Amino acid sequence: MGKTLAEKVWEDHVVRRNAGEPDLLYIDLHLIHEVTSPQAFDGLRLSGRKVRRPDLTLATEDHNVPTLDIDKPIADPVSRLQVDTLRKNCQEFGVRIHSLGDVEQGIVHVVGPQLGLTQPGMTIVCGDSHTSTHGAFGALAFGIGTSEVEHVLATQTLPLAKPKTMAINVEGSLKPGVTSKDIILAIIAKISTGGGQGYVLEYRGSAIRALSMEARMTICNMSIEAGARAGLIAPDQTTFDYIQGRPHAPTGADWDAAVEYWKTLKSDDDAKFDKEIYLNADELSPFVTWGTNPGQGVPLNETVPNPESFDDPEERTAAQRALEYMDLDAGTPMKKIKVDTVFLGSCTNGRIEDLRAAAAIIKGKKVAENTRMMVVPGSARVRLQAESEGLDQIFLAAGAEWRSAGCSMCLGMNPDQLKPGERSASTSNRNFEGRQGKGGRTHLVSPLVAAATAIRGTLSSPADL
Amino acid sequence: MEKFISHTGTGIPLRRSNVDTDQIIPAVYLKRVTRSGFEDGLFAAWRNDPEFVLNKPEYAKASILVAGIDFGTGSSREHAVWALQNYGFKVVISSRFADIFRGNSLKGGLLTVILPQGEIEALWSAIEQDPAMQIAVDLEKKSVSYKDREIGFDLDDYTRWRLMEGLDDIGLTMRNLDAVENFEEKRAKFKPKTLPVLS
Repeated sequence: MGKTLAEKVWEDHVVRRNAGEPDLLYIDLHLIHEVTSPQAFDGLRLSGRKVRRPDLTLATEDHNVPTLDIDKPIADPVSRLQVDTLRKNCQEFGVRIHSLGDVEQGIVHVVGPQLGLTQPGMTIVCGDSHTSTHGAFGALAFGIGTSEVEHVLATQTLPLAKPKTMAINVEGSLKPGVTSKDIILAIIAKISTGGGQGYVLEYRGSAIRALSMEARMTICNMSIEAGARAGLIAPDQTTFDYIQGRPHAPTGADWDAAVEYWKTLKSDDDAKFDKEIYLNADELSPFVTWGTNPGQGVPLNETVPNPESFDDPEERTAAQRALEYMDLDAGTPMKKIKVDTVFLGSCTNGRIEDLRAAAAIIKGKKVAENTRMMVVPGSARVRLQAESEGLDQIFLAAGAEWRSAGCSMCLGMNPDQLKPGERSASTSNRNFEGRQGKGGRTHLVSPLVAAATAIRGTLSSPADL
Repeated sequence: MEKFISHTGTGIPLRRSNVDTDQIIPAVYLKRVTRSGFEDGLFAAWRNDPEFVLNKPEYAKASILVAGIDFGTGSSREHAVWALQNYGFKVVISSRFADIFRGNSLKGGLLTVILPQGEIEALWSAIEQDPAMQIAVDLEKKSVSYKDREIGFDLDDYTRWRLMEGLDDIGLTMRNLDAVENFEEKRAKFKPKTLPVLS
C-alpha cells in the first residue's frame, strides 16, 4: 500500500524505532522565541548539557515585544527580562538570534520561510502551536512544549507517537473576495476544534493547488485550531519557485538534488488516509467567527446562531456562554456587528500578500470614525517590502496605524491589547476569551474582510463597499 | 521528575468544555523565566467571579480537576501545566484533551486521565454532592475509584512506565546518542543550516 505525504516525511526521520515505544524522530529545524525557551535553557544548564545542533536552531523575538518605539528599551521590565534572557541564552549556547531592530526579526513563522530555512520534507518544531504554518511547504511542522524544547536543544530529536492522517479535499475555485482564511475557518467550523485531534491534516485538491505559498501558510497555520498538531500540503512548482533564491535555499547541484527529492513528497495514489473530509470551494463565501473558539464561525452573510439550534448539549452550553461573553444576541446579522478595532497582522495573515490585499481595498478610503485599525507586518522584512511598495502610505492616509513587526495584538502579552469590552475584527487565529486582552471580544476574519470592516466600522466584505 | 504511582485526593468539577490554554493561564502571565509561581495566573479571568468553582471554599483543597471535553486546546504553552501543578493539582480528568497539552502534562508528571463523558458527568455529580469525597487515581492498576465505583482508563505502557519510574525523556534519549549520530551522517547535504548566516 502507498504512503501519505505525512507518513513519508515521518519515515524519513525515524532515528530509532522499538516496539512499544514512541519513535525517536530527528528534527531538521528548531525555531525558538523568548516565551517558551527560558526554562528549557535553564534545564540544559542544570544538567550541564549543550545545544547539540546550534546550526539547526534559530531564535527570534516576537511574542512580547512592542511594535512602537522599538529602538528604546522595552518599557515593561518583566517583558524586558524575558527578552534579555533569550539574548543571553543564545549568546551562551551559540544560537543565532534576530533581535528587535534586526532586519531579520519578526514572527518566528514568518521569518523561517522568508529566509528559505523552511523547505519540503523537513521536520520543524517550535515552542509555539502555530508552527503548523511551515506545513505549507510539505514539511512536518508542529508546536511543542518547553520540556520538548529542552529535549530538542539537547538531542535534536523528539520521541513521538505516530499520528493518524486526515485528508481535507478542497475542490473547485474560490469566488472573488474569498481567501484561504475563509477556507480554513470553514473547515474548522465543519470539523470543530477537536476534529483534528490525533491527526496530521493534509490539505489537497484543486483549490489548494491554486493557492500561493502565503495563502497556503494561512491554512496550515490554523490546523491547530482544528485540534491537529500539524497540517501540510504537498510541495509543487509554486513551492519550489517560492524557495529558490532565498538566503538559505540550496544552490547548484544541491538545488537539483533537493528538487528531485521534493518531487517525491506527495501522497501516493493508493495511500489510505484514516479519515477524509470534502469541501467545495465554489460554495465558500467570506467567513467570520461569532463565538469564543475558532470553530464557532458562520458565513458573513448569516446571523448570530441561536444556541438552541445546536443538537449537542455541550455545544449548546458553549454557544450560550460564548454569546454572553461576546455580548451578542442570537439572530443579529453578522454585518450589523460594530467593531472598535481592526487588527491586520499575525503569523496567520501578516505577510506581504495580506498587506497588499488589504491595501488594495483601503486605498483612497478612510477608516470609519470611532474605529481603530492597526497594521502590523509579520516581520521587519515584510515591513520594508510594504514600505517600498508604498503600502504604509496607503494605510496611514486612511487613518490606520503602521507598526513594527511582532505578534502584537494576536495575544495579549505585549502593549498591543484590547480593553475590557472592546470588540475587534482580527486577522489572527484565536478568538478565545481575553486572548487579545482581558475582556476583549474577537471576531476572526480574512485580510479583505478586515479592510472592508475598517472602512465601514461594522463586519463587512469588500462587496459591501 | 517525581514518580507517579497513585494519588488520592478530592476533586473539583469544572463544568466547561473547550477550556483553552489562554483560559488556563492568560498570556500576560507567561513572562516569568522560572518554572514556579504560575499559580497566580491559573484561570485568572474566571477567578474574578466569586461563583467560579476554584473560589468555593469546599473545593479549596482539591487536587484532582475534572473538566469538560477538549481540555487544553490552543497554545502550546507548558505554563498551563505548570500553573495547574503550582496550584496543587496532581491529576486532570476529561473525556478529551488537546494533543499538545496532553503531551506536555505527561512529560511534566501531571497525570491526564481520559474517561468517557458519561463517567465525567457521574463524577461531577458525585463531587458536587460530597466535595470531601476521596478519589483514588492508581497508575499501577490504571483506574480511577471513588465510593464503590472503579473505572479503568487507557495509557500506553511506555508513558506509564516513564511516569511510574519518574524518568525524564532527555536522559532516556541521551542513552541513544549513537543512533542520533548515525542518522546525522546519512542526512542529505542539501538540508539547510542556520549557521553560518547567509543573506
